Amino acid sequence: MTTQPALYLDDVTKTYRVGDDDITALANIDLTVDTGELVALIGPSGSGKTTLCSIAGGILTPTSGRVVVGGTDLTGYSNGQLTEFRQSNIGFVFQAVNLIPFLTARENLLVVDELGRRTGSAARKRADTLLEELGLTDRRDNLPAQLSGGQRQRVAIGRSLMNEPSLVLFDEPTSALDSKLGEQVMELIQSEMKSRGTAAIIVTHDDRITHYADRTVRISDGRLVS
Amino acid sequence: MKLAWKELQRQPARFASAAAILFLLGALLLLLSGLVEGLQANTDSLLRSQRADLVVFSKTAQKSIPQSLIPADVATKIAGVTGVRSTGDLGLIQLGGRLPEAGPRELINVVVVGYDQPFAGLPDTIDPGTTWVDSTLRARGVRVGTVVRVGAAQTPLRVQGFLDDVGFQTQPTLFVPTDVLDEIVAANKPDAVLPPGATQAVVVDTSSSPKTVALAIDRATGSTVTVTRDAAADAVPDTGGGVLQQIIGLTVLIAAAVVALFFALLTGERVGLYGVLKAIGARNRAIFAAVMTQAVVLSLIAGIAAAIVAVAFEAALPADSIPFVLTPARLATSLALLLLASVIGASFSLRRVLRIDPASAIGTST
Repeated sequence: MTTQPALYLDDVTKTYRVGDDDITALANIDLTVDTGELVALIGPSGSGKTTLCSIAGGILTPTSGRVVVGGTDLTGYSNGQLTEFRQSNIGFVFQAVNLIPFLTARENLLVVDELGRRTGSAARKRADTLLEELGLTDRRDNLPAQLSGGQRQRVAIGRSLMNEPSLVLFDEPTSALDSKLGEQVMELIQSEMKSRGTAAIIVTHDDRITHYADRTVRISDGRLVS
Repeated sequence: MKLAWKELQRQPARFASAAAILFLLGALLLLLSGLVEGLQANTDSLLRSQRADLVVFSKTAQKSIPQSLIPADVATKIAGVTGVRSTGDLGLIQLGGRLPEAGPRELINVVVVGYDQPFAGLPDTIDPGTTWVDSTLRARGVRVGTVVRVGAAQTPLRVQGFLDDVGFQTQPTLFVPTDVLDEIVAANKPDAVLPPGATQAVVVDTSSSPKTVALAIDRATGSTVTVTRDAAADAVPDTGGGVLQQIIGLTVLIAAAVVALFFALLTGERVGLYGVLKAIGARNRAIFAAVMTQAVVLSLIAGIAAAIVAVAFEAALPADSIPFVLTPARLATSLALLLLASVIGASFSLRRVLRIDPASAIGTST
Protein backbone atom coordinates (compact mmCIF):
# COMPACT_ATOMS: atom_id res chain seq x y z
CA MET A 1 0.00 0.00 0.00
CA THR A 2 1.36 3.42 -0.94
CA THR A 3 0.49 6.55 1.02
CA GLN A 4 -0.40 9.67 -0.96
CA PRO A 5 1.72 12.71 -0.05
CA ALA A 6 -0.18 15.44 1.79
CA LEU A 7 0.98 17.92 -0.86
CA TYR A 8 2.53 17.52 -4.25
CA LEU A 9 3.48 20.55 -6.34
CA ASP A 10 4.66 19.68 -9.82
CA ASP A 11 6.40 22.37 -11.85
CA VAL A 12 4.16 25.10 -10.45
CA THR A 13 4.54 28.58 -11.89
CA LYS A 14 2.55 31.67 -11.03
CA THR A 15 2.79 34.88 -13.00
CA TYR A 16 0.90 38.13 -12.65
CA ARG A 17 0.20 40.66 -15.34
CA VAL A 18 1.14 44.15 -14.14
CA GLY A 19 0.59 46.70 -16.89
CA ASP A 20 2.46 45.38 -19.91
CA ASP A 21 4.80 43.23 -17.85
CA ASP A 22 4.52 39.67 -16.59
CA ILE A 23 5.78 39.32 -13.02
CA THR A 24 6.81 35.81 -12.02
CA ALA A 25 5.91 35.16 -8.39
CA LEU A 26 6.75 31.43 -8.51
CA ALA A 27 8.87 29.64 -11.07
CA ASN A 28 8.84 25.89 -11.69
CA ILE A 29 8.29 24.83 -8.10
CA ASP A 30 8.48 21.14 -7.28
CA LEU A 31 7.65 20.26 -3.71
CA THR A 32 6.38 17.19 -1.92
CA VAL A 33 5.19 17.20 1.69
CA ASP A 34 4.55 13.80 3.16
CA THR A 35 1.75 12.90 5.53
CA GLY A 36 2.58 14.07 9.02
CA GLU A 37 5.61 16.04 7.83
CA LEU A 38 6.30 19.55 9.13
CA VAL A 39 7.97 21.78 6.56
CA ALA A 40 9.28 25.23 7.37
CA LEU A 41 9.14 27.53 4.36
CA ILE A 42 11.61 30.34 4.81
CA GLY A 43 12.27 33.34 2.68
CA PRO A 44 12.50 37.11 2.73
CA SER A 45 9.56 39.39 2.07
CA GLY A 46 8.44 39.22 -1.55
CA SER A 47 10.18 35.91 -2.17
CA GLY A 48 6.91 34.16 -3.07
CA LYS A 49 6.31 32.14 0.09
CA THR A 50 2.82 33.56 0.61
CA THR A 51 1.93 32.83 -3.01
CA LEU A 52 3.23 29.28 -2.63
CA CYS A 53 1.21 28.88 0.56
CA SER A 54 -1.92 30.25 -1.17
CA ILE A 55 -1.53 27.87 -4.09
CA ALA A 56 -0.89 24.90 -1.79
CA GLY A 57 -4.07 25.83 0.12
CA GLY A 58 -6.26 26.09 -2.96
CA ILE A 59 -6.75 29.82 -2.54
CA LEU A 60 -4.87 30.72 -5.69
CA THR A 61 -4.58 28.69 -8.86
CA PRO A 62 -1.20 28.36 -10.56
CA THR A 63 -0.56 29.73 -14.05
CA SER A 64 0.89 26.34 -14.91
CA GLY A 65 1.81 23.12 -13.14
CA ARG A 66 -0.10 20.68 -10.99
CA VAL A 67 -1.26 20.88 -7.36
CA VAL A 68 -2.26 17.65 -5.62
CA VAL A 69 -3.47 17.78 -2.00
CA GLY A 70 -4.04 14.51 -0.16
CA GLY A 71 -4.28 12.70 -3.46
CA THR A 72 -6.76 15.15 -5.00
CA ASP A 73 -5.54 16.91 -8.13
CA LEU A 74 -6.84 20.48 -8.00
CA THR A 75 -6.05 21.19 -11.65
CA GLY A 76 -9.09 22.64 -13.37
CA TYR A 77 -11.05 23.19 -10.16
CA SER A 78 -13.44 26.16 -10.27
CA ASN A 79 -13.47 28.75 -7.50
CA GLY A 80 -16.55 27.08 -6.01
CA GLN A 81 -14.91 23.66 -6.07
CA LEU A 82 -11.77 25.08 -4.48
CA THR A 83 -13.88 26.72 -1.74
CA GLU A 84 -15.55 23.41 -1.01
CA PHE A 85 -12.20 21.63 -1.04
CA ARG A 86 -10.73 24.10 1.44
CA GLN A 87 -13.76 23.65 3.72
CA SER A 88 -13.05 19.94 4.07
CA ASN A 89 -9.35 19.40 3.53
CA ILE A 90 -7.19 22.39 4.45
CA GLY A 91 -6.53 24.13 7.72
CA PHE A 92 -5.27 27.70 7.95
CA VAL A 93 -3.63 29.66 10.74
CA PHE A 94 -3.15 33.25 9.69
CA GLN A 95 -0.43 35.71 10.57
CA ALA A 96 -2.73 38.10 12.43
CA VAL A 97 -4.63 35.17 13.99
CA ASN A 98 -7.84 36.61 12.56
CA LEU A 99 -10.37 35.14 14.90
CA ILE A 100 -13.91 36.40 14.44
CA PRO A 101 -14.12 39.08 17.12
CA PHE A 102 -17.77 38.65 18.06
CA LEU A 103 -17.62 34.85 18.47
CA THR A 104 -16.42 33.02 21.56
CA ALA A 105 -13.44 30.67 21.38
CA ARG A 106 -15.75 27.67 20.97
CA GLU A 107 -17.87 29.41 18.33
CA ASN A 108 -14.72 30.33 16.39
CA LEU A 109 -14.07 26.62 16.07
CA LEU A 110 -17.66 25.80 15.23
CA VAL A 111 -17.79 28.37 12.44
CA VAL A 112 -15.85 25.91 10.28
CA ASP A 113 -18.71 23.44 10.62
CA GLU A 114 -21.28 26.15 9.94
CA LEU A 115 -19.58 27.06 6.66
CA GLY A 116 -19.43 23.48 5.42
CA ARG A 117 -21.64 20.44 5.62
CA ARG A 118 -23.03 20.78 9.11
CA THR A 119 -22.47 17.90 11.45
CA GLY A 120 -24.05 19.52 14.51
CA SER A 121 -23.39 17.58 17.68
CA ALA A 122 -20.33 15.83 16.21
CA ALA A 123 -18.79 19.24 15.50
CA ARG A 124 -19.61 20.49 18.99
CA LYS A 125 -18.01 17.41 20.49
CA ARG A 126 -14.91 17.87 18.33
CA ALA A 127 -14.66 21.54 19.26
CA ASP A 128 -14.85 20.68 22.96
CA THR A 129 -12.20 17.98 22.56
CA LEU A 130 -9.86 20.34 20.70
CA LEU A 131 -10.34 23.10 23.26
CA GLU A 132 -9.52 20.62 26.02
CA GLU A 133 -6.38 19.41 24.22
CA LEU A 134 -5.31 23.01 23.69
CA GLY A 135 -5.88 23.85 27.35
CA LEU A 136 -8.70 26.25 26.62
CA THR A 137 -11.71 24.54 28.21
CA ASP A 138 -12.08 27.25 30.82
CA ARG A 139 -11.79 29.92 28.11
CA ARG A 140 -14.27 28.42 25.67
CA ASP A 141 -16.89 31.10 26.28
CA ASN A 142 -14.49 34.02 26.11
CA LEU A 143 -14.42 36.41 23.18
CA PRO A 144 -11.03 36.88 21.43
CA ALA A 145 -10.61 40.27 23.08
CA GLN A 146 -10.72 38.52 26.46
CA LEU A 147 -7.90 36.12 25.53
CA SER A 148 -4.14 36.58 25.61
CA GLY A 149 -2.08 36.49 22.39
CA GLY A 150 -1.02 32.89 23.04
CA GLN A 151 -4.57 31.79 23.80
CA ARG A 152 -5.82 33.43 20.60
CA GLN A 153 -3.15 31.58 18.64
CA ARG A 154 -4.23 28.31 20.26
CA VAL A 155 -7.85 28.98 19.30
CA ALA A 156 -6.69 29.61 15.72
CA ILE A 157 -4.83 26.28 15.77
CA GLY A 158 -7.98 24.60 17.06
CA ARG A 159 -10.00 26.17 14.25
CA SER A 160 -7.53 24.93 11.66
CA LEU A 161 -7.97 21.38 12.94
CA MET A 162 -11.76 21.37 13.09
CA ASN A 163 -12.22 19.89 9.62
CA GLU A 164 -9.61 17.17 10.24
CA PRO A 165 -7.46 18.47 7.39
CA SER A 166 -4.75 16.58 5.57
CA LEU A 167 -2.68 19.77 5.37
CA VAL A 168 -2.46 22.82 7.64
CA LEU A 169 -0.84 26.04 6.46
CA PHE A 170 0.64 28.34 9.08
CA ASP A 171 1.38 31.88 7.96
CA GLU A 172 3.99 33.45 10.25
CA PRO A 173 2.38 31.88 13.36
CA THR A 174 4.83 33.44 15.80
CA SER A 175 5.32 36.88 14.28
CA ALA A 176 2.93 38.56 16.71
CA LEU A 177 4.28 36.76 19.78
CA ASP A 178 7.35 37.30 21.96
CA SER A 179 10.09 34.71 21.64
CA LYS A 180 9.08 32.67 24.72
CA LEU A 181 5.42 32.53 23.69
CA GLY A 182 6.51 31.85 20.11
CA GLU A 183 8.43 28.80 21.25
CA GLN A 184 5.46 27.55 23.26
CA VAL A 185 3.20 27.93 20.25
CA MET A 186 5.69 26.11 18.00
CA GLU A 187 5.91 23.26 20.52
CA LEU A 188 2.14 23.09 20.50
CA ILE A 189 1.98 23.09 16.70
CA GLN A 190 4.59 20.38 16.56
CA SER A 191 2.84 18.14 19.09
CA GLU A 192 -0.63 18.68 17.63
CA MET A 193 0.48 17.94 14.07
CA LYS A 194 2.58 14.95 15.03
CA SER A 195 -0.10 13.44 17.27
CA ARG A 196 -2.59 13.60 14.40
CA GLY A 197 -0.22 12.73 11.60
CA THR A 198 -1.23 15.95 9.88
CA ALA A 199 1.17 17.60 7.46
CA ALA A 200 1.93 21.28 7.85
CA ILE A 201 3.77 24.05 6.05
CA ILE A 202 4.95 26.80 8.33
CA VAL A 203 5.67 30.01 6.46
CA THR A 204 8.18 32.12 8.34
CA HIS A 205 11.16 34.39 7.97
CA ASP A 206 12.43 33.43 11.42
CA ASP A 207 15.30 30.91 11.27
CA ARG A 208 14.94 30.17 15.00
CA ILE A 209 11.80 28.09 14.56
CA THR A 210 13.21 25.80 11.87
CA HIS A 211 14.32 23.22 14.44
CA TYR A 212 10.67 22.44 15.16
CA ALA A 213 10.22 21.38 11.52
CA ASP A 214 11.21 18.07 9.94
CA ARG A 215 12.55 19.90 6.93
CA THR A 216 13.31 23.45 5.93
CA VAL A 217 12.67 24.74 2.44
CA ARG A 218 14.06 28.09 1.38
CA ILE A 219 12.56 30.26 -1.29
CA SER A 220 14.05 33.26 -3.00
CA ASP A 221 12.78 35.23 -5.98
CA GLY A 222 10.06 32.66 -6.56
CA ARG A 223 12.38 29.65 -6.70
CA LEU A 224 13.14 26.97 -4.13
CA VAL A 225 16.81 27.16 -3.30
CA SER A 226 17.32 24.15 -1.06
CA MET B 1 -26.67 33.25 9.07
CA LYS B 2 -25.71 32.56 12.68
CA LEU B 3 -22.72 34.85 12.22
CA ALA B 4 -25.02 37.72 11.25
CA TRP B 5 -27.25 37.19 14.28
CA LYS B 6 -24.36 36.81 16.69
CA GLU B 7 -22.79 40.04 15.48
CA LEU B 8 -26.08 41.91 15.84
CA GLN B 9 -26.51 40.54 19.35
CA ARG B 10 -22.98 41.08 20.57
CA GLN B 11 -21.99 44.26 18.79
CA PRO B 12 -25.27 46.20 18.68
CA ALA B 13 -23.46 49.53 19.03
CA ARG B 14 -21.91 48.98 15.61
CA PHE B 15 -25.38 49.03 14.06
CA ALA B 16 -26.92 51.69 16.29
CA SER B 17 -26.29 54.65 13.98
CA ALA B 18 -27.74 52.91 10.94
CA ALA B 19 -30.73 51.70 12.96
CA ALA B 20 -31.32 55.21 14.30
CA ILE B 21 -31.25 56.76 10.82
CA LEU B 22 -33.50 54.03 9.45
CA PHE B 23 -35.88 54.61 12.37
CA LEU B 24 -36.07 58.33 11.57
CA LEU B 25 -36.59 57.64 7.88
CA GLY B 26 -39.22 55.01 8.72
CA ALA B 27 -41.03 57.45 10.99
CA LEU B 28 -40.92 60.10 8.26
CA LEU B 29 -42.22 57.57 5.74
CA LEU B 30 -45.12 56.61 8.01
CA LEU B 31 -46.00 60.20 8.90
CA LEU B 32 -46.03 61.18 5.23
CA SER B 33 -48.07 58.08 4.38
CA GLY B 34 -50.57 58.97 7.10
CA LEU B 35 -50.84 62.49 5.73
CA VAL B 36 -51.33 61.21 2.18
CA GLU B 37 -54.05 58.85 3.35
CA GLY B 38 -55.65 61.62 5.40
CA LEU B 39 -55.51 64.10 2.53
CA GLN B 40 -56.86 61.52 0.14
CA ALA B 41 -59.71 60.76 2.51
CA ASN B 42 -60.54 64.47 2.67
CA THR B 43 -60.20 64.84 -1.08
CA ASP B 44 -62.12 62.04 -2.70
CA SER B 45 -63.93 60.18 0.05
CA LEU B 46 -67.24 61.80 -0.95
CA LEU B 47 -67.08 59.68 -4.09
CA ARG B 48 -65.25 56.69 -2.64
CA SER B 49 -67.87 56.27 0.08
CA GLN B 50 -70.76 56.06 -2.40
CA ARG B 51 -72.73 52.83 -2.29
CA ALA B 52 -73.46 53.01 -6.03
CA ASP B 53 -71.26 51.07 -8.48
CA LEU B 54 -71.01 53.76 -11.17
CA VAL B 55 -70.95 57.52 -11.52
CA VAL B 56 -72.13 59.17 -14.72
CA PHE B 57 -70.71 62.54 -15.84
CA SER B 58 -71.44 64.61 -18.92
CA LYS B 59 -68.91 63.90 -21.67
CA THR B 60 -67.09 67.24 -21.52
CA ALA B 61 -66.90 67.46 -17.73
CA GLN B 62 -63.61 65.53 -17.37
CA LYS B 63 -65.20 63.49 -14.58
CA SER B 64 -65.69 66.60 -12.45
CA ILE B 65 -69.00 67.01 -10.63
CA PRO B 66 -68.87 70.85 -10.59
CA GLN B 67 -68.39 70.90 -14.38
CA SER B 68 -70.88 68.16 -15.19
CA LEU B 69 -74.47 68.59 -16.33
CA ILE B 70 -76.81 65.72 -17.07
CA PRO B 71 -80.09 66.94 -18.61
CA ALA B 72 -83.38 65.38 -17.50
CA ASP B 73 -83.87 63.37 -20.73
CA VAL B 74 -80.37 61.87 -20.44
CA ALA B 75 -81.02 60.97 -16.79
CA THR B 76 -84.20 59.18 -17.93
CA LYS B 77 -82.23 57.27 -20.60
CA ILE B 78 -79.67 56.21 -18.00
CA ALA B 79 -82.39 54.81 -15.76
CA GLY B 80 -83.73 52.76 -18.65
CA VAL B 81 -80.47 51.04 -19.62
CA THR B 82 -80.42 47.26 -19.16
CA GLY B 83 -78.48 46.33 -16.03
CA VAL B 84 -79.29 49.57 -14.20
CA ARG B 85 -81.02 48.68 -10.94
CA SER B 86 -81.47 52.18 -9.56
CA THR B 87 -80.18 55.70 -10.09
CA GLY B 88 -79.83 58.80 -7.98
CA ASP B 89 -78.86 62.42 -8.51
CA LEU B 90 -75.66 63.76 -7.04
CA GLY B 91 -74.74 67.44 -7.07
CA LEU B 92 -72.74 69.94 -5.11
CA ILE B 93 -71.86 73.58 -4.79
CA GLN B 94 -68.91 75.23 -3.11
CA LEU B 95 -69.91 78.15 -0.89
CA GLY B 96 -68.70 80.19 2.03
CA GLY B 97 -70.03 79.00 5.37
CA ARG B 98 -70.52 81.09 8.48
CA LEU B 99 -70.47 79.53 11.92
CA PRO B 100 -72.28 81.01 14.95
CA GLU B 101 -70.34 83.76 16.72
CA ALA B 102 -68.08 84.12 13.70
CA GLY B 103 -67.23 87.64 12.57
CA PRO B 104 -68.76 89.07 9.39
CA ARG B 105 -65.67 88.18 7.33
CA GLU B 106 -64.94 84.86 9.01
CA LEU B 107 -66.07 82.44 6.37
CA ILE B 108 -64.99 78.84 5.83
CA ASN B 109 -65.16 77.06 2.50
CA VAL B 110 -67.78 74.33 2.56
CA VAL B 111 -69.27 72.03 -0.02
CA VAL B 112 -73.03 71.55 0.09
CA VAL B 113 -73.87 68.16 -1.39
CA GLY B 114 -77.30 67.16 -2.66
CA TYR B 115 -78.06 63.42 -2.76
CA ASP B 116 -80.88 61.00 -3.56
CA GLN B 117 -79.25 57.71 -2.65
CA PRO B 118 -78.02 57.64 0.97
CA PHE B 119 -74.43 56.52 1.61
CA ALA B 120 -71.77 56.62 4.35
CA GLY B 121 -74.40 56.51 7.09
CA LEU B 122 -76.70 59.25 5.73
CA PRO B 123 -80.36 58.88 6.67
CA ASP B 124 -82.94 58.21 3.96
CA THR B 125 -84.54 61.56 4.61
CA ILE B 126 -83.33 64.82 6.06
CA ASP B 127 -85.80 67.32 7.45
CA PRO B 128 -86.01 70.65 5.60
CA GLY B 129 -83.60 73.23 6.95
CA THR B 130 -81.37 70.60 8.51
CA THR B 131 -78.15 68.93 7.40
CA TRP B 132 -75.72 66.14 8.20
CA VAL B 133 -72.14 67.31 8.10
CA ASP B 134 -68.56 66.16 7.75
CA SER B 135 -67.11 65.28 11.17
CA THR B 136 -64.08 67.50 10.49
CA LEU B 137 -66.36 70.42 11.37
CA ARG B 138 -66.27 69.27 15.01
CA ALA B 139 -62.80 70.79 15.22
CA ARG B 140 -64.42 74.17 14.45
CA GLY B 141 -66.83 73.82 17.33
CA VAL B 142 -69.78 72.57 15.32
CA ARG B 143 -72.13 70.36 17.35
CA VAL B 144 -75.55 68.81 16.79
CA GLY B 145 -77.95 71.74 16.80
CA THR B 146 -75.40 74.28 15.52
CA VAL B 147 -76.75 76.43 12.70
CA VAL B 148 -74.35 76.86 9.79
CA ARG B 149 -75.25 79.67 7.36
CA VAL B 150 -74.14 79.17 3.79
CA GLY B 151 -73.62 81.49 0.85
CA ALA B 152 -74.31 85.15 0.37
CA ALA B 153 -77.95 84.57 1.31
CA GLN B 154 -76.83 83.01 4.57
CA THR B 155 -79.18 80.06 4.13
CA PRO B 156 -79.45 78.44 7.57
CA LEU B 157 -78.81 74.72 7.98
CA ARG B 158 -79.17 73.12 11.42
CA VAL B 159 -76.76 70.23 12.05
CA GLN B 160 -78.51 66.93 12.81
CA GLY B 161 -75.57 64.53 12.71
CA PHE B 162 -71.99 63.86 11.67
CA LEU B 163 -70.43 61.62 9.03
CA ASP B 164 -66.84 60.34 8.80
CA ASP B 165 -64.71 60.28 5.64
CA VAL B 166 -66.94 62.23 3.29
CA GLY B 167 -64.63 65.17 2.43
CA PHE B 168 -64.32 66.71 -1.01
CA GLN B 169 -61.15 68.50 -2.11
CA THR B 170 -60.17 68.94 1.55
CA GLN B 171 -63.27 70.99 2.25
CA PRO B 172 -65.90 70.01 4.83
CA THR B 173 -69.19 68.81 3.36
CA LEU B 174 -72.81 69.46 4.33
CA PHE B 175 -75.47 67.05 3.08
CA VAL B 176 -79.00 67.95 2.02
CA PRO B 177 -81.60 66.39 -0.30
CA THR B 178 -81.20 67.35 -3.97
CA ASP B 179 -84.29 69.57 -4.00
CA VAL B 180 -82.89 71.51 -1.03
CA LEU B 181 -79.58 71.85 -2.87
CA ASP B 182 -81.47 73.35 -5.83
CA GLU B 183 -83.03 75.92 -3.49
CA ILE B 184 -79.66 76.78 -1.96
CA VAL B 185 -78.11 77.24 -5.41
CA ALA B 186 -81.02 79.43 -6.52
CA ALA B 187 -80.67 81.60 -3.42
CA ASN B 188 -76.91 81.94 -3.47
CA LYS B 189 -75.68 81.39 -7.02
CA PRO B 190 -78.56 82.02 -9.40
CA ASP B 191 -76.28 81.73 -12.41
CA ALA B 192 -75.51 78.12 -11.45
CA VAL B 193 -79.11 76.96 -11.34
CA LEU B 194 -79.59 73.82 -13.42
CA PRO B 195 -82.34 73.40 -16.00
CA PRO B 196 -85.49 71.71 -14.63
CA GLY B 197 -84.94 68.00 -13.92
CA ALA B 198 -81.20 68.19 -14.65
CA THR B 199 -78.47 67.08 -12.29
CA GLN B 200 -74.70 67.30 -12.18
CA ALA B 201 -73.95 63.60 -11.88
CA VAL B 202 -75.93 60.40 -11.67
CA VAL B 203 -74.98 57.51 -9.40
CA VAL B 204 -75.98 54.07 -10.63
CA ASP B 205 -76.53 50.74 -8.90
CA THR B 206 -76.15 47.86 -11.30
CA SER B 207 -77.59 44.38 -11.46
CA SER B 208 -74.87 43.02 -13.74
CA SER B 209 -71.19 43.72 -14.55
CA PRO B 210 -70.59 47.43 -13.82
CA LYS B 211 -68.14 47.73 -16.71
CA THR B 212 -70.65 46.34 -19.17
CA VAL B 213 -73.39 48.58 -17.81
CA ALA B 214 -71.09 51.62 -18.00
CA LEU B 215 -70.45 50.96 -21.70
CA ALA B 216 -74.17 50.46 -22.28
CA ILE B 217 -75.03 53.77 -20.59
CA ASP B 218 -72.51 55.76 -22.63
CA ARG B 219 -73.69 54.04 -25.81
CA ALA B 220 -77.32 54.80 -24.99
CA THR B 221 -76.83 58.46 -24.14
CA GLY B 222 -73.99 59.36 -26.48
CA SER B 223 -73.21 62.31 -24.20
CA THR B 224 -71.90 60.79 -21.01
CA VAL B 225 -68.79 59.27 -19.48
CA THR B 226 -69.58 56.52 -16.99
CA VAL B 227 -66.92 55.28 -14.62
CA THR B 228 -66.69 53.14 -11.53
CA ARG B 229 -66.94 54.75 -8.12
CA ASP B 230 -63.18 54.40 -7.53
CA ALA B 231 -62.31 55.78 -10.95
CA ALA B 232 -64.51 58.79 -10.23
CA ALA B 233 -62.73 59.25 -6.89
CA ASP B 234 -59.33 58.96 -8.57
CA ALA B 235 -60.32 61.73 -10.96
CA VAL B 236 -60.81 64.27 -8.17
CA PRO B 237 -57.97 66.81 -8.51
CA ASP B 238 -55.02 66.19 -6.22
CA THR B 239 -54.71 68.50 -3.22
CA GLY B 240 -51.10 67.96 -2.20
CA GLY B 241 -51.01 64.19 -1.90
CA GLY B 242 -48.99 63.93 -5.11
CA VAL B 243 -46.22 66.10 -3.69
CA LEU B 244 -46.19 64.00 -0.52
CA GLN B 245 -46.03 60.84 -2.63
CA GLN B 246 -42.94 62.27 -4.31
CA ILE B 247 -41.41 63.00 -0.91
CA ILE B 248 -42.19 59.40 0.11
CA GLY B 249 -40.38 58.18 -3.00
CA LEU B 250 -37.42 60.38 -2.15
CA THR B 251 -37.42 59.10 1.44
CA VAL B 252 -37.29 55.51 0.18
CA LEU B 253 -34.35 56.42 -2.05
CA ILE B 254 -32.57 58.07 0.87
CA ALA B 255 -33.20 54.98 3.02
CA ALA B 256 -31.69 52.79 0.30
CA ALA B 257 -28.71 55.15 0.04
CA VAL B 258 -28.19 55.13 3.83
CA VAL B 259 -28.23 51.34 3.97
CA ALA B 260 -25.96 51.11 0.92
CA LEU B 261 -23.48 53.55 2.44
CA PHE B 262 -23.59 51.87 5.85
CA PHE B 263 -22.97 48.40 4.51
CA ALA B 264 -20.36 49.68 2.06
CA LEU B 265 -18.44 51.12 5.03
CA LEU B 266 -19.02 47.98 7.08
CA THR B 267 -17.87 45.75 4.23
CA GLY B 268 -14.81 47.97 3.83
CA GLU B 269 -13.99 47.42 7.50
CA ARG B 270 -14.52 43.70 7.16
CA VAL B 271 -12.38 42.95 4.12
CA GLY B 272 -9.92 41.08 6.33
CA LEU B 273 -12.62 39.15 8.14
CA TYR B 274 -14.39 38.18 4.93
CA GLY B 275 -11.04 37.18 3.46
CA VAL B 276 -10.49 34.81 6.38
CA LEU B 277 -14.00 33.41 6.07
CA LYS B 278 -13.53 32.83 2.36
CA ALA B 279 -10.16 31.21 2.95
CA ILE B 280 -11.64 28.72 5.42
CA GLY B 281 -14.46 27.86 3.05
CA ALA B 282 -17.22 30.49 3.19
CA ARG B 283 -19.00 30.92 -0.09
CA ASN B 284 -19.82 34.38 -1.46
CA ARG B 285 -23.52 33.69 -1.09
CA ALA B 286 -23.11 32.84 2.61
CA ILE B 287 -21.32 36.14 3.26
CA PHE B 288 -23.82 38.08 1.17
CA ALA B 289 -26.71 36.36 2.96
CA ALA B 290 -25.22 37.50 6.27
CA VAL B 291 -25.06 41.13 5.01
CA MET B 292 -28.63 40.87 3.76
CA THR B 293 -29.86 39.34 7.01
CA GLN B 294 -28.39 42.20 8.98
CA ALA B 295 -29.96 44.78 6.64
CA VAL B 296 -33.38 43.12 6.91
CA VAL B 297 -33.20 42.78 10.71
CA LEU B 298 -32.08 46.41 11.08
CA SER B 299 -34.86 47.73 8.88
CA LEU B 300 -37.46 45.55 10.63
CA ILE B 301 -36.40 46.77 14.07
CA ALA B 302 -36.28 50.38 12.87
CA GLY B 303 -39.57 49.98 10.99
CA ILE B 304 -41.43 48.47 13.94
CA ALA B 305 -40.14 51.20 16.25
CA ALA B 306 -41.20 53.83 13.70
CA ALA B 307 -44.63 52.19 13.39
CA ILE B 308 -45.11 52.34 17.17
CA VAL B 309 -44.21 56.04 17.12
CA ALA B 310 -46.54 56.72 14.18
CA VAL B 311 -49.47 54.89 15.79
CA ALA B 312 -48.84 56.76 19.05
CA PHE B 313 -48.72 60.02 17.09
CA GLU B 314 -52.07 59.25 15.48
CA ALA B 315 -53.59 58.39 18.86
CA ALA B 316 -52.23 61.58 20.43
CA LEU B 317 -53.53 63.85 17.66
CA PRO B 318 -56.54 65.91 18.68
CA ALA B 319 -59.61 64.77 16.73
CA ASP B 320 -59.87 66.36 13.30
CA SER B 321 -56.79 68.56 13.84
CA ILE B 322 -54.82 67.49 10.75
CA PRO B 323 -55.77 64.96 8.11
CA PHE B 324 -53.80 61.93 9.31
CA VAL B 325 -55.01 58.40 8.73
CA LEU B 326 -52.78 55.37 9.25
CA THR B 327 -54.52 52.32 7.83
CA PRO B 328 -53.06 48.81 8.29
CA ALA B 329 -52.52 48.69 4.52
CA ARG B 330 -50.53 51.97 4.59
CA LEU B 331 -48.55 50.74 7.57
CA ALA B 332 -47.72 47.47 5.83
CA THR B 333 -46.85 49.24 2.57
CA SER B 334 -44.55 51.72 4.30
CA LEU B 335 -42.74 48.96 6.21
CA ALA B 336 -42.43 46.94 3.01
CA LEU B 337 -40.93 49.99 1.25
CA LEU B 338 -38.41 50.46 4.06
CA LEU B 339 -37.52 46.77 3.85
CA LEU B 340 -37.19 46.96 0.07
CA ALA B 341 -34.97 50.04 0.37
CA SER B 342 -32.73 48.16 2.82
CA VAL B 343 -32.50 45.10 0.60
CA ILE B 344 -31.66 47.24 -2.44
CA GLY B 345 -29.16 49.27 -0.42
CA ALA B 346 -27.45 46.20 1.02
CA SER B 347 -27.29 44.56 -2.40
CA PHE B 348 -24.79 47.21 -3.48
CA SER B 349 -22.29 45.47 -1.19
CA LEU B 350 -22.53 42.32 -3.28
CA ARG B 351 -19.95 43.47 -5.81
CA ARG B 352 -17.50 44.35 -3.07
CA VAL B 353 -18.04 41.03 -1.29
CA LEU B 354 -17.47 39.18 -4.56
CA ARG B 355 -14.21 41.04 -5.13
CA ILE B 356 -12.68 40.20 -1.76
CA ASP B 357 -9.79 37.86 -2.41
CA PRO B 358 -9.40 35.04 0.12
CA ALA B 359 -5.67 35.34 -0.48
CA SER B 360 -5.84 38.68 1.37
CA ALA B 361 -6.23 36.63 4.57
CA ILE B 362 -2.69 35.32 4.25
CA GLY B 363 -1.02 38.47 3.13
CA THR B 364 -0.51 39.78 -0.36
CA SER B 365 -0.55 37.46 -3.30
CA THR B 366 2.97 38.11 -4.40
